[in-house]
Amino acid sequence: MGRSTKKGPFVDPKLLDKISKQKDTGDREPVKTWSRASTIVPEFVSHTFNVHNGRNFIRVFVTEEMVGHKLGEFALTRTFRGHSGKKAREAAK
Amino acid sequence: MARIAGVDIPGSKHIWIGLTYIFGIGPATSKKVLAEAGIDPHAKSDSLTEDEVSRIAGIIDRSLMTEGQLRRAEGQNIQRLIAIGCYRGVRHRKGLPVRGQRTRTNARTRKGKRKTIKGKKRVGVK
Repeated sequence: MGRSTKKGPFVDPKLLDKISKQKDTGDREPVKTWSRASTIVPEFVSHTFNVHNGRNFIRVFVTEEMVGHKLGEFALTRTFRGHSGKKAREAAK
Repeated sequence: MARIAGVDIPGSKHIWIGLTYIFGIGPATSKKVLAEAGIDPHAKSDSLTEDEVSRIAGIIDRSLMTEGQLRRAEGQNIQRLIAIGCYRGVRHRKGLPVRGQRTRTNARTRKGKRKTIKGKKRVGVK
């Protein structure tokens, strides 16, 4: 089930503050954030975020098309290194 | 036989069934269209007058996305997800389920036919 429209999209208030501050000063430094659940709102466009994936911060540059998605969707949390087996063992050599 | 929305030719069935042969029209939409056109859903397609057929075609053309147009829009939506590099896009790229289903077993619709791996131990269900 989706979120009630009455509440509006969820965005970490601190993150919004930071971005609006950036708007005033005009700098485009990446914003470090753990708030993967925050929705990308139009104000975020052409800002850069460092989104935590549990281990590292993934650099995400927000484009217009990303609006409406969540920040976490762009910082994958799993690394797939391939399946085990004969082929994989040979490839590793 | 009648041609509605381009290529589709619903047969000698109830018009309500016939309309679902069009990609993008299922039973529910079909009934809605016929109600708007004021046509009995259980009339056979053959028994419709030309005027009635064009009335149906008009409603579909005006208010619904069907066939090629719909397929294109669908593909574009997927291309968008792939282009922005979000999780769903990655899943589409890899041909794996997109909506969080398990992939340890099943997921055969997305993954295609089983690729048996020689010498692999049978672990649990396989």
